[in-house]
Order: sequence, then structure tokens, then C-alpha cells
Amino acid sequence: MPKPFDKLTATAAPIMRSNIDTDVIIRIERLVGNSIRGTLGKWAFGSLRYLPDGSENPDFILNREPYREAEILVTGPNFGCGSSREGAVWSLQERGIRAIIGSGFGDIFFANCFQNGILPVIVDKAVVDQLAADIEATQGAGKVSIDLEAQTIVSPSGARHSFEIDPRRREGLLKGLDEVALTLQRDDEIHAFQASDRAARPWIHSTRTSA
Amino acid sequence: MPSRSLLEKIWDQHVIARLSEDTDLLHIDRHLLHDLGGSRGLLDLKSRGLKVHNPELTFATPDHALSTAPGRAGTSKIGQELLAALRVETAASGITLFDVDQPGQGIVHVIGPELGLSLPGATIVCGDSHTCTHGGLGALAFGIGSSELTHVLATQALIQRRPKTMRARFEGKLPLGVTAKDMILALIGQIGAAGGTGYAVEYAGSAIRALPIEGRLTICNLSIELGAKMGMVAPDEKTFEFLRGRPYAPQGEMWDRAVKAWRDLPSDPDAVFDREVVIDVEKIIPQVTWGISPEHVVGVDGIIPDPKAIDDPARRAAVETALEYMGLQGGAPIAGTPVDWVFIGSCTNSRLSDLRAAAEVARGRKVAAGVRAWVVPGSENVKREAVAEGLDKIFIEAGFEWREPGCSMCLAANGEVVAPGQRSVSTSNRNFVGRQGPRARTHLASPASAAASAIAGAIADVRMMGR
Repeated sequence: MPKPFDKLTATAAPIMRSNIDTDVIIRIERLVGNSIRGTLGKWAFGSLRYLPDGSENPDFILNREPYREAEILVTGPNFGCGSSREGAVWSLQERGIRAIIGSGFGDIFFANCFQNGILPVIVDKAVVDQLAADIEATQGAGKVSIDLEAQTIVSPSGARHSFEIDPRRREGLLKGLDEVALTLQRDDEIHAFQASDRAARPWIHSTRTSA
Repeated sequence: MPSRSLLEKIWDQHVIARLSEDTDLLHIDRHLLHDLGGSRGLLDLKSRGLKVHNPELTFATPDHALSTAPGRAGTSKIGQELLAALRVETAASGITLFDVDQPGQGIVHVIGPELGLSLPGATIVCGDSHTCTHGGLGALAFGIGSSELTHVLATQALIQRRPKTMRARFEGKLPLGVTAKDMILALIGQIGAAGGTGYAVEYAGSAIRALPIEGRLTICNLSIELGAKMGMVAPDEKTFEFLRGRPYAPQGEMWDRAVKAWRDLPSDPDAVFDREVVIDVEKIIPQVTWGISPEHVVGVDGIIPDPKAIDDPARRAAVETALEYMGLQGGAPIAGTPVDWVFIGSCTNSRLSDLRAAAEVARGRKVAAGVRAWVVPGSENVKREAVAEGLDKIFIEAGFEWREPGCSMCLAANGEVVAPGQRSVSTSNRNFVGRQGPRARTHLASPASAAASAIAGAIADVRMMGR
């Protein structure tokens, strides 16, 4: 069940490259296995964070103070494109990330964030660029505040930006709702749908008879 | 009733409950599991004290973590554990498993259509972003994450926001040597890797109607590289002929009823889309990627972009980053770039027609010295059919390695990797940083182009090969 999210004031790290895909966020070999939860934080952004010899890349922003403690990412266009691997979100979460602000996200990654209590915020690219510039102007010392209830972001410069979010998803994050439990409350409706659909489209439901 | 698109018709038919203005609880008709996430999902469900809601609508096969070496030699310990867990958990839940060496095993997006599990008008999900492939049969198919996977196991339903709709019309007659792979790469090059984000894309137009089903599956497969998690093609007579008689397709009177319903699925003539794109296929030449996103693509007779000629600083920096990773010089021709590896396989291009196209180029020729070239059929059935018509011999005589079905070097989850710094021409779907192995360099291309590059030892224009 996801942890609720309401307000956050934290260090934010701009990672502005376009099209950072989920393979770059977490490599596939870290995800092969059934007991991977809790092991992924150190592998988030592995190819950017570590040099080929395994040592830290001092140029990568999350390896620098104060960005090492970042709980917010400010990202370039199409962050999280590519694979459906939820391990991308888990690795960021285990690395301490709780919110991501960008101009657009991969559709599946975006949905996976909500499932884990991570807030992805979509704002205009001009706002993202301004936030990144404001953060860099303070060398990362200036914090970014996000208020999900009020749907606002406050930049280190004090500039306030509002954002839109699907009301259902907002409520889910605010309350930390468990979608599986909620949907199971509708199990009668699911069974009623299946009964009437079986009459309309029997070929969908009788998979064991034709094989 | 107002006119509706293919997407809207399928969507409306699957609404169990309307949850908000734009979000519905949708019934899921087919849930496909693979070895990487299948047993994890089933164990997650068990830990919550829940049962699989509809095991008869759920099907599983190992593909990701399995070795594709002959005899499956070298499957990692963890890959073997995942396979063992998948066997135990699917058996315990009453889920059909297409196991290793059995007809039916293969890449999950190859076996769905091949077995007739994937049907027009069906909702199909799998914990894999290339689930959009199945849209080539007129299904509403999309990839989901682990949490959604558990949700589907528990409820046979999924909470989804209705996407925007885009129609991409491919018009004209496809030139010789140009394939479905080139068509979709050209579209990605035109509108970008985020051009389809938030949309369900319907591929239409005369060039789509002319494509065989396997080509349509390839087109839909790359929807996610366009940013769209759903891609689809309206079903037609070709779709019905493709499905007729497949093991899980309806039969007899049920088949007639199904086809009658499927004929109503295509978008109404005056259906409205949020975005329309038109592509003139007669202008497309074989495509090959040069960078680290599928949108980094040119015609094989083209030039690698020169950062010095780009004014926009963000775009210039992006091109510089890509060229540095790829070890390429801006402004140089892409053709003639020497390659170390050629990979023919993946859910994009490992079906029988793909292998035939590659074999046609390879027949009677030799893979260039210093190049390793693999052919990994998409499924056990594809493998057997290819062997029956002698394609394996053509490849082996030409110096390709003929392997067992699986995902293999497309994403390297099974340890089959391109070595650091080495260059690969691959028929797969992603040229991301490290996708085929740490620091591996990937160029995406069609099976015919990949085979031509294996023979030439360098990125090659298949149209110059004289066949």
C-alpha cells in the first residue's frame, strides 16, 4: 500500500537531459529476481552515477552535495520513457526520491509512480527550466516546496507555480489508497459484467474449450 | 449513436464502472505473464491473501531470462529460479504455462497472436511495454507495471484513464527493400519519441491495409517508442484469415459470431481523432538509428547529424551526448560504419516473415569476418516452421548462429550481451544507453537491413545487395 503524500519541502536536483529512459534509470540485470525490493537504491541511474571502474562519477549531479540528499527531481522532456519496469520507480524511491517535476513523462512510468506514492508533476517546459535555473542559482541549497492539496510548487526564488493533476489520482496519493482493495469492493460489478459479456462475446471467456 | 473510433468502440465495450469523467474500470480479456514478472506478481497476490480472479484468462511463458543457447545451456541460476517459480505458481493457480521446448513457448508478444490468444476487440495486458504489439490484430493491448499486474491478477480489471486518440495514416505503395520496421521508424523520426505520449495510435491508410499481419504487429510493437502505450490496426479480412484455425481462436459457429462482431470494430468513417498524421511511404527508404533514442533515425543513405550545424543548444547537447556514446562522427554517412554484432530477433522482428526476409539476403553469402551474427526465432513454433523450410540451414551456412526462442540480446536480461564499446545492428526496438549490455552501441534496423549489414560487416543499404 503506498505511503500518503501531501506536502514536501526538500532539496531538488535538475536532471535535464531529454528522453531519460527506464533502462537508464535502472538496468535490467538489477531486476532479475523475486527478492529485489530494497536492493535497488544504489543502482538508480547506474550508468550515469558510476564510472566503468565502479567508482562514483563526480560529474553526476546526485553524487554532489547537497544534491545527494535530493528528494525531488526536476527532469527534462519524456523522463521515464521506454520499458514498463516498475523497478525504475522502486529504485528512485529507494534512493529517496518522493516527487518528480517535468514537462512530460513516459505513460507507463507516470502510472507506476502513483502506484508507489511518488508524485509526478507535469508543468510547462518554461516552468521546469525556470525551476532548474532557480535551483542552480543557489547551488542546490534553495529548497523546492510542493503542496499536493493546494496543487502548487514554490521555487527557491519564491516563485509560485500551480499544477493540474487528475483529481482521482490526487486523492489516491493524499490518502495512500490501495487500488486493489478498492476494486475488490466492486467484485459484484465485475462478476455481473462478466456474466453479460459471456453472453455477448463467449469466445473471450471460453478459452479452455477450443484448445 | 455518435461516430466512434476503433479505440472508443473497444473501450466502451469493456467498461465495468465509470469512476470519473475520464477514468474507467475496464475488464481485461487476456493477461499474459512472463518469467521476469509473472511469479513475482503471483507471489505478491498470495502474500495479500488473494487468489487469481480468472486463471482461464491468464497465460504464461518464459522468455526474458532464459538462455537462447542450443539446449538452453547457460541459463543463469536466477533465471532458472524464476522459471521454477513460474512453474510452481502458475500450476498452483491453474494458469496455462507454455513451457520450454513446448509448442507455444516463445516471446510473449509472438505467441499471443500465433496461438490465437490475442483477438480483435479484446483487451490484452502484460507486464511489458511492448504489449502494444497485439494491437496489430485490432486489440486494445498495453503494457502495465508490477502493481497493475497484481491488480489484474486479483480483479481481472484495471483502472485506466481514457487516452487521447491519434490516427497515423501511411499512404502509398511501399518501395522495394522498405519494410514495416522502416515505416514505423520513419514515423518516430518525424514526430519524435514523445510524439505519441498520452495517445492511443490507430495506424491506417493504404500502406497499412496492404501490410500482412506480421508487418502490422511490427508497426504496433514500436508504438511505445513513439511514446504511445497503445497502438492498433483495424481488423480486416487479412486479420480473420490470419486467426482462422489457430489453437485458441474461436471455432465453428462461435467463429462466425466472432467475425460478425469484429466487422463492426473499425473506426466509423467520420470518427474524430485528437491528432492526425499522414506519412507518404513512397518517400521512405530503409531506416537505421544513429543515436540513443529511436527518434535518432535516418535513411541508410543519410548523414549522421552534425552538432555544429544545430542552433538550439539543448538539441545540440543531446546530439553530442548521443554521438559520444555511439562513438560516431557528426556529418559522416551512416552507411559503411563497421559493426561487430548483428542481432536478428525480438518481439519486433522475429516472426517467420522476418526470418524469411533476412534469409533471402543471407542465402549463398557469408557473414563478414569479425562479425558475430545471431538469429533468435521468436517462438518454438516459429523455430519449427523455419527449420521445416530450411531457413536455419541458410543462416548456418552463411555463418549466422541459429538459437533457441526468447528475448535474448534485445534487452540482455538473460546475460546475452554485446560487449562494452562494441557496435550492433539489431532488429529489436530500443537503442537506449546500455540496452544490449553496458556501453553497447545499438543501431536499430529491419531484418533485411540487419542481414545485409552482417554480410557487409558494416551498416549497409539492402537495396544495393541486388536481390
